[in-house]
Amino acid sequence: MGRGLVALGLGAAAVAVMQASFNDYLLTLASIILINVMLTTSLSLTNGLTGLFSLGHPAFMTIGGYVAAILTYPARRKGFMMPELPEALAVQQWDLLPSLLVGGTAAALIAVLVGFPVLRLRGHYLAVATLGLIIIVKVLVNNMDGYTRGGLGLNGLPQLTNLWWVFGWTALSIIVCWRIKHSSLGRTMMALRENYMAAQCMGVSALGISLIAFVTGAFFAGVAGGLMAHLITVITPGTYSVVLAFNLVVMIVVGGNGSLTGAIVATVILSIASEALRPVEEALELYGLSQVILALCLILMLIYRPGGLFGSAEPALVRRWFTRRSP
Amino acid sequence: MTQYYVQQLVNGLTLGSLYALVAIGFSMIYGIVRLINFAHGDIAMVGAFSTLGLVAVGAPWPVTILVVLAVGALAGVTIEAVAFRPMRNAPQVTGFIATLAVSVVIQNVGIMVFSGQPRNFLFPDVMRTRVPLGPATVSLTDLVIVGVTVVLMSLLVVIVHRTRLGMAMRATAENLQVARLMGIDINRTIMAAFGLGSALAAVAGLMWGGRFGQIDPLFGFVPGLKAFVASVIGGVGSIGGAVLGGYLLGMAEVLFVGLLPPEYAGYRDALVFTTLILILLVLPNGLLGRGVEDRA
Repeated sequence: MGRGLVALGLGAAAVAVMQASFNDYLLTLASIILINVMLTTSLSLTNGLTGLFSLGHPAFMTIGGYVAAILTYPARRKGFMMPELPEALAVQQWDLLPSLLVGGTAAALIAVLVGFPVLRLRGHYLAVATLGLIIIVKVLVNNMDGYTRGGLGLNGLPQLTNLWWVFGWTALSIIVCWRIKHSSLGRTMMALRENYMAAQCMGVSALGISLIAFVTGAFFAGVAGGLMAHLITVITPGTYSVVLAFNLVVMIVVGGNGSLTGAIVATVILSIASEALRPVEEALELYGLSQVILALCLILMLIYRPGGLFGSAEPALVRRWFTRRSP
Repeated sequence: MTQYYVQQLVNGLTLGSLYALVAIGFSMIYGIVRLINFAHGDIAMVGAFSTLGLVAVGAPWPVTILVVLAVGALAGVTIEAVAFRPMRNAPQVTGFIATLAVSVVIQNVGIMVFSGQPRNFLFPDVMRTRVPLGPATVSLTDLVIVGVTVVLMSLLVVIVHRTRLGMAMRATAENLQVARLMGIDINRTIMAAFGLGSALAAVAGLMWGGRFGQIDPLFGFVPGLKAFVASVIGGVGSIGGAVLGGYLLGMAEVLFVGLLPPEYAGYRDALVFTTLILILLVLPNGLLGRGVEDRA
C-alpha cells in the first residue's frame, strides 16, 4: 500500500498545482475528465471485468444527481422550486458529502431492483433493460414536476464541487475497483466473463457476483451524477443521456476489457479529443461529426484490436509499481 | 362515444403493426445469431428519409415502397458485413457494442446530412379520407398501414416456411453448427435474415412517418427499443411471438394513454420499459419463445 500512498500523494500534488495555476475553464474541464474517469472505472466492473453490457450509468447519474441536488438545495428557495416536497425535507439543506452518499445509495438501490430480475438471465437483456432504465428515469423525472421542475430541470444549484472533491471520489473509485479486481471477487468476475457456464459449475453464483458488480458501479455513478450536478450547477432530465452511455462504453472498449489503467488512459485521451473536436464541429457546422468519428474508431478497434489498448491486464509498469513485494 | 373507442382500437392496431414489423427483424436476427441489433430502429429512420427523397423526385407510391424495401435490405446487409461479420467469433458483447456504434453512426450522419430539425412527412391527401367501418369511421392511412403490414407478414411467412432459403434460416436458428455441417451457406443465411428484417423495418419507418407526420434523424431509436421489448414479450427468436408482442404492446400503450386520466399520459414510455423488466422477471422466455439451454 506504500506505493499506493505515493501515487495518491503525487495525484494530490498535481491537483494542488492545477488549483493554483488553472483558470476556471481548465479547472472545470479537469473536473469533468476526472468524473469521466470515475464513471469508466466503475462501469468497467460490469462491462470490463464481468463481461456484462450495462448502459445504465446515465440513469444512475440522474438518480444520484437529483437526489443530491434536492438535498443540497437552499431551503429558502425550495418551497418555490419544489412545491410538493414534504415539509420534513423542505426545511433541510445538507452538505455535499452526505447528499452524495444518499444519492449514490439511492442509485444502488434502484440497481438492485433492476438487476435482480435482469441479471438472473444471461447478459443479453441487461443492455436493453438498462437503456430502458435511462428512459424510465427520464420520464419519471420529467413528470414529477413537484419535486424536479420537470423538463426545466433544477438550476442554480450551489457550486459545491471542486477539483479536490472530484479527485477524492475518483481516487476512491479507482482504489475500490483495483482492490476488487485483484481479489478473489475480481477473479470470480473474470471467470464469469471468460466462461459463464464453467464458472457456475465451479460454484460461482452468477447472479450474486453480477449484482455486486452492477450495484457497486451504480453507486459510484450516482455519486458522479451528484458531483457533476454541483459542478455545472444545473441538472435536467436530459443531462445524462444515451450518448453519454455510449461514450463511456467506447472509452472502456478502447482502454481494454477490464484494464483499469486502460480505462483511465482512454478516458483522458478521448475526453480531451472530444473537447478539442468541438470547435471543429462548430466551424464546419457538422454537428455529430465527433460522435461519428468516435463510433468509427470503436468499430475499427473491435475489428482489429478487440482487446483494446491494454487487454485485460494492467501494463507491466503499473503492475510492478503497485504489487507488494515479499519482504 | 363508439367513435372514440373504435378510434383507440384502430390506433392500437396501427401502432401495433409498426412495432410488429420492426420486432420481426429483431427476432429473426436474434434467433439466428443471438445478437440484439441496436441499429435496427435506425433502419426505420433510413426508410423514412429515403421516402422523403423519392417523393421529392416524384416517384409513384408503389415504386417508393419497393425502393424503400430495397434500401432497407441493403442497409441491413451492409450493417451485417461491416459491423457484424468481422467479429462473429468474438464474445457476444462485442456484437452489441458494434451495433450500438453503427446506430450512433447512422443517427449522426443523419444529423449531419439532414440537420436535427424535424421535417414534415405527408402522405397524399387521399389517405386522409375517412372510411366507414361499422358504426364509426377510420382514416385510410390506418387501414393501409394495417393492410400493408398483413401483406408483408404473409409474404414473410411464405418465405420462411415455403422456400429453401426459409428452411435454411429455420435450420440455422435451430443449430448453427449443425446447419453448417449439413451444407447450408451460413453467411448467406445470416445476410438474408438481416436483409429481410431490415426491409420490413424500413417500410415501418415509411409508415411511421406518414402516421405521425414528422420525422427527424433520431426518431427511430426509441421505437426500435420498444419493438425489441415487443419481441421479448412474444419470446425473442419467434417470428409469431414478435407479431403477437408487437400488437399487444401497441394496444397496451394506446389503451394506457386513452383510458387513464390525461396526467398519466406522460408515463407511457416508462410503462413500456417497466413491462420489459416485469416480463423478464416472471416470463423470461416470453409468451411463445422457447428456453435456450446453454450447452458446454
